[in-house]
Amino acid sequence: MSARPDAGVSRDLLYHLKRIRRVELEIARRYPEGAMRCPVHLSVGQEAVAAAVAVTLRREDLAVSGHRAHAHYLGKGGDLTAMIAEIYGKATGCSGGKGGSMHLIDEAAGFMGSTAIVGGTIPVGVGLALGMKQTGTDQISCIFLGDGAIEAGVFYESLNFAVLKRLPVLFVCENNLYSVYTPLAKRQPAGRCIADVAAAIGARTASGDGNDVEQVWSLMTDAVAALRAGSGPWFLELATYRWLEHCGPFYDNDIGYRSEAEFRAWQARDPVACHQARLIERGVIDAAMVARLDADIDGEVAQAFAAAEAAPFPEPGAAFTDLYAGP
Amino acid sequence: MAQLTFAAAINDALRIALTIDPRVICYGLGTDDPKGVFGTTAGLQAQFGAERVFDMPTAENAMTGIGVGAALYGLRPVLTHQRLDFALLSLDQIVNNAAKWHFMFGGRRAVPLTIRMIMGRGWGQGPTHSQNLQAWFAHIPGLKVVMPATAGDAKGLLLSAIFDDNPVIFLEHRWLHNLKGEVAEGDVRVPLGRAQRLRRGDAITIVAMSTMTAEALHAVDFLADHGVAADLIDLRSIRPLDWDMIAASVKRTGRLLVLDTGSLTGSVAGEIVAGIAERGWNDLQAAPRRLAVPDFPEATSPALTRTYHVRAEQIVDAVAAMLQRPIDSAPLAARRTHPHDVPGAWFTGPF
Repeated sequence: MSARPDAGVSRDLLYHLKRIRRVELEIARRYPEGAMRCPVHLSVGQEAVAAAVAVTLRREDLAVSGHRAHAHYLGKGGDLTAMIAEIYGKATGCSGGKGGSMHLIDEAAGFMGSTAIVGGTIPVGVGLALGMKQTGTDQISCIFLGDGAIEAGVFYESLNFAVLKRLPVLFVCENNLYSVYTPLAKRQPAGRCIADVAAAIGARTASGDGNDVEQVWSLMTDAVAALRAGSGPWFLELATYRWLEHCGPFYDNDIGYRSEAEFRAWQARDPVACHQARLIERGVIDAAMVARLDADIDGEVAQAFAAAEAAPFPEPGAAFTDLYAGP
Repeated sequence: MAQLTFAAAINDALRIALTIDPRVICYGLGTDDPKGVFGTTAGLQAQFGAERVFDMPTAENAMTGIGVGAALYGLRPVLTHQRLDFALLSLDQIVNNAAKWHFMFGGRRAVPLTIRMIMGRGWGQGPTHSQNLQAWFAHIPGLKVVMPATAGDAKGLLLSAIFDDNPVIFLEHRWLHNLKGEVAEGDVRVPLGRAQRLRRGDAITIVAMSTMTAEALHAVDFLADHGVAADLIDLRSIRPLDWDMIAASVKRTGRLLVLDTGSLTGSVAGEIVAGIAERGWNDLQAAPRRLAVPDFPEATSPALTRTYHVRAEQIVDAVAAMLQRPIDSAPLAARRTHPHDVPGAWFTGPF
C-alpha cells in the first residue's frame, strides 16, 4: 500500500474536501428558497472519495456517476459555476437546463455524465473503457457507484465484461449503508463484503475507510498505478455515511429509519474535520492557512451561486431542441 | 447492381462500414459463431479481427450500455440481437440512456449506436420469439427506427443507421432474410425518414412496412390485374415518419389502408390513421382502415397461427370493401404453395 500522501497532496485533499462540503452545504442552505427546482442528492459526509479522485486521476481519465454526483463531478474537475447553474435550471448550466442535479456533464474535465437510474452508468463506464482499449490509450474509466447499485443486474453484467476484456475500469463503490431509507441489512445478506462479490467475478479489490481521505488516496493510488500497467478492472469498496436525507437539504434522523446514535458516531468521523485536525497536528497547515482556505472557497462558492442566479433561463423553445444530433 | 439476398445485403453493409471507418465495431450473441447470425455477420471477424467483431456475454442490458459508452468514446457500435424479444432486457439502456443522452445533457454529446433486432414469425416461434414492437421504439423521442422490406433498403438503411449520429433501432424481419433483390455496390445509403413508393395508383393509398410490404406487393399486383391501381408506400423508416409522402398520396387517392406487422392496439398503423385524419380529414372519401396482428401473442402450434398474420388476400378483401367493388381474392391465396407458417420452401427451421 502506498505510504501517506506528501504535504502538498495532503493540503490539496483538504482543499477538495472543504470545497465539496461548502458547495453541498450552500445548496442545502439555499434550497428552501425554492429557486433550485429539482431533486438534489447531497454528498455531505461522503466527500473523501471524491476528494481522493481529484488528486489521483488525470484530466484525460473519464468518469461517470449516478444520482448523488455533485462531489464526483467536482472531484473530477467539473466546472462549479456550470453545475450550480444547472441546478438552478439556467441556460449556462452544464446541460443547458435539461438535466438538473441528476444529469451533470463536463466533458472537458473528463466527467462524461451522471444519470438518475441506479446502476445506469455502470455499463456506460465500461463502454468508455472498451473505447480506451481499442484505441490503446493509458486512460482509466472511473465508475462511481453505491451499495444499492450492487443489487442491480447490470452491475454483474458490466463487471463480468470488464473482467473478460481486461478493461481499464476503476469501480469506486461508496457504501453508505442506505438505499433511500432501506438499510443494507434488508437488501443484502448479513456478513457479506461487497468487495468480495466483485472479487468473485474477477476484479482486483480493496476495501477501506471511506471517511479517511488519506486511506482512500492510498488505495486509489495503488489501483490506478496497477490499472495503467494493464491490471484489468479494480473495485474499491469505501465505507462512508450520508449526513443529510436521501434527497433534499435536511437532516432526517427523526423519521425513524436510522438512529441518532448511529449518525453521531459517523459524524464524529467527519472526513473534513478529521483530515484538517490531522494536518494541523502534523504541522502541515496552521489555523491561518485554514482560514485563508475557507475564505477562498467561500468566495468561489459565493461567486458561483451569484453567477448562476444572475444567468438567464433557457428560451422556452430550447425545450424542443437537442432531441437528435446532426441535421 | 448485384442480386443479393436480404441477409447478404446486411453482411455487405457491415463489411463496408467496417472497411471505411475504423470506429465501427460489431458485436452480439453469435456474431462469430458458425451460423453468423443467419449469415449476416459471416466472415466479418476473419476479415476485421476479434477486437472489432466479437461475440458477447448473455447480458443484453449491459452490452447495450457498453455500446452507449463506446459510442460516447467515439466508436460506432453495431449491436445485434437474434430476436427482438431478447433486446427487451435492454430497455433501460435504450430508453433511459441511448435515447436521452443527447437531449438531457443539452446536446453536448450524441450516441451513434445501431441496434439490430431480428423479428421472428411462424414455425412455432411463439409468444416470445415473434414480437414486432416498432410502435414501442417509435414512441421514444430520441430514437430512430427503421424497418427495411427489400435487400437494397436493408443495405442502404443499415449504412445510414451506422453513420447516423443518433441511436437507431434497425428492425429486421427473419422472413425477409432469403428475399433476393437488386443491391447497389459500394457505400450507397438510403436516407432515414424517407418512404418509397413501390407502386403508383390513384384508387387507394396502402402504407406498409417490412413483411407487410411483401404481402402488399402481391396484393397490389393482383388488384392491378382487376383494374384497381393502388399507391403502395413502403415506409422504410418508422421514426422519423415520411408524413409528406403519405399525406400527398391520400390527397390524391382519398382512401387509406395501413398494414402493420405489430399488434393492432397502439400500433404504428393507428398513429398513421390518426395523423392523416388530423391533417387530411377533408381528403378522405372513406373511413381509413388498419390491418394488423390481433391483440394476442402469437401462439406456437401451426394449427393456431393459420389466421394470425395479415396475408395478401386479406389486403385485397379490405381494398375491395373500401372501394365497394367485388373482387374474389381466392385465386391469390391459391397461388401460395408453401405452408402458412414459413416464408418459403427455403425455411425449414429451427428459427
